[in-house]
Amino acid sequence: MAEQGNIGAVQARIRSKLTEGLAPLALKVIDESDKHAGHGGHHQDGESHFRVEVVSEAFAGKKLVERHRIVNTLLAEELATRVHALTITARAPQE
Amino acid sequence: MSDSTTAQIKAEIDSADVVLFMKGTPAAPQCGFSMQVCQILGHVGVPFKSVNVLADPFIRDGIKAYSQWPTIPQLYVKGEFIGGCDITREMFQSGELTALFDKEGIPHAQTAKA
Repeated sequence: MAEQGNIGAVQARIRSKLTEGLAPLALKVIDESDKHAGHGGHHQDGESHFRVEVVSEAFAGKKLVERHRIVNTLLAEELATRVHALTITARAPQE
Repeated sequence: MSDSTTAQIKAEIDSADVVLFMKGTPAAPQCGFSMQVCQILGHVGVPFKSVNVLADPFIRDGIKAYSQWPTIPQLYVKGEFIGGCDITREMFQSGELTALFDKEGIPHAQTAKA
């Protein structure tokens, strides 16, 4: 759950891809998998449900759906395999 | 994705003003994110058609490709893709969702927030 402590491999990969792709001013990648234990899509080793909160100039002037598409594209590989659910908050710096 | 799946998805999207592709049904949602969108639409009081993607694996995979969106639920209004759970919730909280229904002339129980 916490960002500190044991950061999983998937979490680290999400962080690095978003950092590289968005040059974020703020970025939180939170593993919420333990909230979903036992239900459909939950992976036995966790790291299946994430929340990302990202502030980036890349979102300025873009609609929500475009912002989410940018994040989804950067994380396409993870979403196609391990990551079952992704909650996204995407803001531009001035918001 | 086969042509027949594409045609089927298009027909579903065009079958009502507000169409929600979800896991389960509004009465028995099978996923928390699908449930949230149902609750929001219920709160706004807008009639919507739901499509249970769990009932059809072709639709389940097909809608992701069709919308180029990797997750379920997916909300369509008047044939246009709006977004998933996060976007629907943010638009609801900001008043954009009811404003969109007003703009499209879709009747709903709640008037747009100022």
